[in-house]
Amino acid sequence: MANRIQNKLLEDKKLLSIYFTAGYPHLNDTVNIIKDLEQAGVDFIEIGLPFSDPLADGPTIQESSTQALKNGMTTEVLFEQLKDIRKSVSIPLILMGYFNPMLQYGIEKFCQKCSEIGIDGLIIPDLPVDVYHKQYQAIFEAHGLTNIFLITPQTSEERIRYIDSTSNGFIYMVSSASTTGSQSGFGEEQQAYFKRIADMNLNNPQIIGFGINNKETFQTATQFAKGAIIGSAFIKHVTEKGTQNISEFVNKIID
Amino acid sequence: MSYHIDKDGYYGIFGGAYIPEMLYPNVEELKQNYIQIMEDPSFQEEFHQLLRDYVGRPSPLYFAKRLSEHYGTKIYLKREDLNHTGAHKINNTIGQILVAKRLGKKRIIAETGAGQHGVATATVCALMGIECVVYMGEIDIARQAPNVARMKMLGATVIPATSGSKTLKDATNEAIRDWINNPVDTHYIIGSVVGPHPYPDMVARFQSIISEETKKQLLEKEGKENPNYVMACVGGGSNAAGAYYHYLDDVDVKLIAVEAAGHGIDSGESAATSVLGHEGIIHGSKTLLMQTPDGQITEPYSISAGLDYPGVGPLHAHLHQSGRAEFIAITDDEAMKSGMELCQLEGIIPAIESAHALAALNKKTFNPDDIVVLCLSGRGDKDLETYINYFNL
Repeated sequence: MANRIQNKLLEDKKLLSIYFTAGYPHLNDTVNIIKDLEQAGVDFIEIGLPFSDPLADGPTIQESSTQALKNGMTTEVLFEQLKDIRKSVSIPLILMGYFNPMLQYGIEKFCQKCSEIGIDGLIIPDLPVDVYHKQYQAIFEAHGLTNIFLITPQTSEERIRYIDSTSNGFIYMVSSASTTGSQSGFGEEQQAYFKRIADMNLNNPQIIGFGINNKETFQTATQFAKGAIIGSAFIKHVTEKGTQNISEFVNKIID
Repeated sequence: MSYHIDKDGYYGIFGGAYIPEMLYPNVEELKQNYIQIMEDPSFQEEFHQLLRDYVGRPSPLYFAKRLSEHYGTKIYLKREDLNHTGAHKINNTIGQILVAKRLGKKRIIAETGAGQHGVATATVCALMGIECVVYMGEIDIARQAPNVARMKMLGATVIPATSGSKTLKDATNEAIRDWINNPVDTHYIIGSVVGPHPYPDMVARFQSIISEETKKQLLEKEGKENPNYVMACVGGGSNAAGAYYHYLDDVDVKLIAVEAAGHGIDSGESAATSVLGHEGIIHGSKTLLMQTPDGQITEPYSISAGLDYPGVGPLHAHLHQSGRAEFIAITDDEAMKSGMELCQLEGIIPAIESAHALAALNKKTFNPDDIVVLCLSGRGDKDLETYINYFNL
């Protein structure tokens, strides 16, 4: 049974995914940001569940997470905010967060809640594929959730094949050895890496993230991959210009 | 029951490597190589030569006569405070710098709270002529100026961690982020038995020199290797891991782990992880940690900067859960009083971390023939300002 993510990946276009931190800049902005992003023509949305210690993230996402937690965001609050989201939003929604808050909520209960709301997939940077495969895959799949794994320029071919065989949506390709939001532009080395992965003909399409911040980097990335993800640049936009002008940001990328 | 790491990197249910994929190659490289490197005879020779000639090992096992009379039992102090740089931390940094060299690494990063591990790392980097970057919380930099100066004199670059609560856990996050950004040429020297597998095991093995020596020294002094009790303070837990290591399977030896209760366990300002913590994931390891019901990691408190870590090494979580070790929580006031007591009874100024272990002597009833080995993990020079302010000296 195909879910919204798998159907979206079949569309004949390059896909834009936007990440934002739930509860930022204000606690109750979550639903409006999702609706505005869909209206602006975004293909996927990654809803960030804030964590006190986001190891894989650079300063922009760290600060938005700290602020969101100060605003009162919790797993419970986020689920409450999202409970009617499927009445108005139809594009794929992915929750991105660190493993500890999910573990405290209870993995089974967390997956069940995601499924009830209509969340399609999860990205959990600190849940390694091996642990997922051994302990959690059956639970995620029973609730129809797609789990998305990261690969990096240092990931071995053997491990990429393993991740590909464990995935059922797309592979999140980290553009370089870095935390989020920490570089600009793609050099030859990165393009060679994009091409190397494209040439592997994996079962799952790839979507590139980290370092995508404008039309140029979006276009470079999507020459080699099915789509690209923007996170820190969008959060900076919201920080500087507020939540009123979301379509302006999106139009600059995909007009 | 086994108290050692299993083949998957767990102590019971605790441990593992819950790390972002970006760290996988670094951690995997270490995991594949650390045992082989450490067991190599040339490594062992270099490691032990440096421990002897540079660190000043073996550290004495000192029979504390007046302290023993005071508590009505036989107390031996394992004098890690006499090591070069003033604490047990250097046992680990010597070991890890040698591992880093054999892995061909050109750059070292470390986290530090009070600065002791930062100093021990900067020291071995100077010794080997390797670039050293130490992450330290902005708040800790302000309150630990002498150690910041030491690190700078030793050639290290000290980078303030300005995220989150700006203390040890955030310095650790920043060091991990640095490692993500520098995956090929950099080795991360973690300062305690925390972090993703294989760190807890590797650090415990380097610190195990403490109990290896204790066994020999006790045999000479008492005609037997095993004491009745081994006591040590636990923040992340590296000196305790070293003091227990060769006694883990000798279940007749009672292990006592002493945590910092801060202003009291129920005061909201404490670092007693075994009481206040719940199973969760911090810095890549499944262990006990202090967190909100929503799974956000909270900030601990102790007068001792070396004990205010919101987690505890996975070995200790396992020792706690299995009942192998008894955990005792000591408040700031109890520790300060016992620190002063050691000064006056034995002429030794202990680190405030170690003073927590000393204070736990008051919480147990010993027989006169009991032999108690207490790991005196560090000296109190670094804590002079805290002692001065506390006692109005």
